[in-house]
Amino acid sequence: MWYVDEERLEHIAIGAGILGTGGGGNPYYGKLHVRRLLREGARIPVVRLDEVPDDALVVSVGGMGAPTVGIERIHRGDEPLVALRALEAHLGRRATHLIPGEIGGANSTRPMAISAMTGLPVIDGDGMGRAFPELQMDTFSIYGVSATPAALADIYHNVVLFPRLADAVTLERYARAVTIQMGGAAGYAFPAMTGAEAKRTAVPMTLSLAEAVGAAVRRARREHGDPVEAVLRVAGGQVLFRGKVVDVQRRLVAGFARGVVELDGLGDDRGSRLRIDFQNENLIARRDEEVVAVVPDLICLVDRETAEPVTTEVVRYGLRVAVLGIPAPFLLKTPQALAVVGPAAFGYPDVEYRPLPGVYGGDRLVAARVNP
Amino acid sequence: MRIGIDVGGTNTDAVLLDGREVIAWAKRPTTPNVTDGIIAALRAVLSRVDATARDIGAVMIGTTHFTNAVVQRRELDRIAVIRLGLPATQAIPPLTDWPDELRETVAGLVRLLPGGHQFDGREIAPLDRALVDQLIADLRTGGIDAIAVAAVFSPAVPDHERTVGTWLREALPGVSLTLSHEIGRLGLLERENAAALNACLTTLARQTIGAFTEALAELGIEAPLYLSQNDGTLMAAEFAARYPVLTFASGPTNSMRGAAALSGIADAVVLDVGGTTTDGGVLVNGFPREASFEVEIGGVRTNFRMPDVVSIGLGGGSLVSADGGRVGPRSVGYRLPEEALVFGGPTLTASDIAIAAGRASFGQPERVRDLPRDLVHRALSTIDRRLAELVDALKTSPDPVPVVVVGGGSVLVPNELEGASAVIRPPYAEVANAIGAAIAQVSGEVDRVFSLEGRSRDSALAEAKAEAERLAVEAGADLATVSVVEVDEIPLAYLPSNAVRIRVKAVGDLRGV
Repeated sequence: MWYVDEERLEHIAIGAGILGTGGGGNPYYGKLHVRRLLREGARIPVVRLDEVPDDALVVSVGGMGAPTVGIERIHRGDEPLVALRALEAHLGRRATHLIPGEIGGANSTRPMAISAMTGLPVIDGDGMGRAFPELQMDTFSIYGVSATPAALADIYHNVVLFPRLADAVTLERYARAVTIQMGGAAGYAFPAMTGAEAKRTAVPMTLSLAEAVGAAVRRARREHGDPVEAVLRVAGGQVLFRGKVVDVQRRLVAGFARGVVELDGLGDDRGSRLRIDFQNENLIARRDEEVVAVVPDLICLVDRETAEPVTTEVVRYGLRVAVLGIPAPFLLKTPQALAVVGPAAFGYPDVEYRPLPGVYGGDRLVAARVNP
Repeated sequence: MRIGIDVGGTNTDAVLLDGREVIAWAKRPTTPNVTDGIIAALRAVLSRVDATARDIGAVMIGTTHFTNAVVQRRELDRIAVIRLGLPATQAIPPLTDWPDELRETVAGLVRLLPGGHQFDGREIAPLDRALVDQLIADLRTGGIDAIAVAAVFSPAVPDHERTVGTWLREALPGVSLTLSHEIGRLGLLERENAAALNACLTTLARQTIGAFTEALAELGIEAPLYLSQNDGTLMAAEFAARYPVLTFASGPTNSMRGAAALSGIADAVVLDVGGTTTDGGVLVNGFPREASFEVEIGGVRTNFRMPDVVSIGLGGGSLVSADGGRVGPRSVGYRLPEEALVFGGPTLTASDIAIAAGRASFGQPERVRDLPRDLVHRALSTIDRRLAELVDALKTSPDPVPVVVVGGGSVLVPNELEGASAVIRPPYAEVANAIGAAIAQVSGEVDRVFSLEGRSRDSALAEAKAEAERLAVEAGADLATVSVVEVDEIPLAYLPSNAVRIRVKAVGDLRGV
């Protein structure tokens, strides 16, 4: 067990921004909330999956909605807690552990705030190991955890409970519709699972990974090293391309920002062009028409000097970036997972998923524990 | 004719322009009271030509005065920050991420109240008059100089900020108010921060702009006074006295706008070569390209429109290694007149190389005549390569672009540069800042979330453009010259509600000058 302190929180926010692969919302706002709670004396324990009893009641909590709403109508703070209490009332049982649904972006920090309010420990792991746009894309759902019961709460503490829906795809549709009525952003509590289910389905050690990535970036910035290399040493993977953004096209398709970013090479990549397709998160990178990285592998745009993540909402003409290719967590590479988070699931049936070489940093942390 | 003035930390520059033609210019030291420096520079300019105060149609001032006050934490007012957003937004109260010493220096009272709007225009909560009355009672006893008010989604729906503003003004006549929707775009914390910084500058702004006005009056200049904003456009002095925060970062913007005007080129890379660094920026349609990251000012995060500037450690005073393979980033800086070989000093600098190669002639060129040819050659190619890399990093297309060079170290830049279609060295480059202020236009900007339920995207865009143009005319633009220079459309991700955030900026020439 370890505790989140201000320094680790700072690191996690940086790492989570990078693992957001262009989406997931900005962790900055959640970080400020958690930092305030820490300064007021809250303690936030983090436990490894193998420390969770099989009969534990683990609930994923966080926020869903549009990042543009999130930067303007800052959250009340306890919306996920209200959703959690409603879910517990429905289940007739209190939760024992919290888990992030998505380590990439804003939802890395929201469970910590709920931990600070309840004293419940946060599990070192999540349902994606990165960010994805839709609910059915988490490993809980992929590996058979029931999507419902599920609860949403808004700034007025209105609660909507879904006792039973067919599956996570259905929940995705219903939950989005409710979220709009809740003002474009809501707190959620779902899915609920046993400790045994969490151990089987969660991507392990991703809070530790985000923390380590952020720590490495800050150290490199402080010591005038290369923050981009520092990210890769911890997260695994490689620089796919260094270049500047020469074109960005965005269009709205069924509520998602789909689009294309084009980069011209700089330095060693001069003369080449990289094209990235995105749907909130980056999906496919093609170098001079040849596919070089494909979802679920992580394609991350970062500032080439500072490793500051560049999201698909702010990416624009002229930015000078490094494009990182980080291998996906093991749990996202099985045939079962690829059916839901592979290229075909995002509308690219002709693109073959060829995994990037190397091992996802979180999986490396697990291996290092098993075989020190 | 118009006058442009740049009040910098060290020098106050003034230029007199007839249309776009520079008639006269002068550089004088900035004085602690500001006024004397301005008067000295203005006198010098007017004495050089056959012009009288009556010939002046407008005066434009660019200044770093307010930025410096925040950075140095001096002459700041005690403020109250009122946020309208409850029950939302409690997770992060106002000023949460400010440096502790700044918050303690300025924050007299921070209050969250019900109010604000949802993205679709519904009220989050109605205003609560009783709670505002309680606030007013607290303000009466609080020793507060100025108040900032920020409501959720006020850039789209400013009603709550305006209503509370009216109540506060009625109860506390003479109080200084900043309403966030008048100065910022979407992003509550950043806009609220900007409003709070603005409130801190209330007294200083009134005094400083008063001093500017006095300086003009003393010389008999009755022309209207404008201040330049961070995006390279102008605001009237009375407006600037209320919104000093909008002057932040106008310096680099003015320098790039001045470079554009002097060279007559609207799309170019601009290199400002100083003693230690070269700052590169890009002009698009005559305006600096903006940075896309949040910008911190004095440790406070804001979402101002800042020019996207890339700096490299190469300037006139850069140290040159013995083999010429390295030039910079270390530099003799302001000691160039004592340190460089051509000035009789002991240090081989980039300027010495430029002079040895015949790119420039100042100091005592004979002192570098005998430098080894190989060394000079290698150092030159090092300098040229670094400049070419900077130009390349700034460009957005592989085609060569014009490169406009300003600044004291501009002799380093060769006439033929890789990636440059031409290297342009405009005259009067040393007062590019003041010229940028003098030629500035006025703008109107819209940044709002539009619902596309039951309407087309084109009609939403048209509405945004019309409103931006109307705001530009309201700010003083000549309608015939107003055009839309920026359109940015960002779909609201993760929501299938067909809402889109549209940002439009329109600019035009100042009426009647």
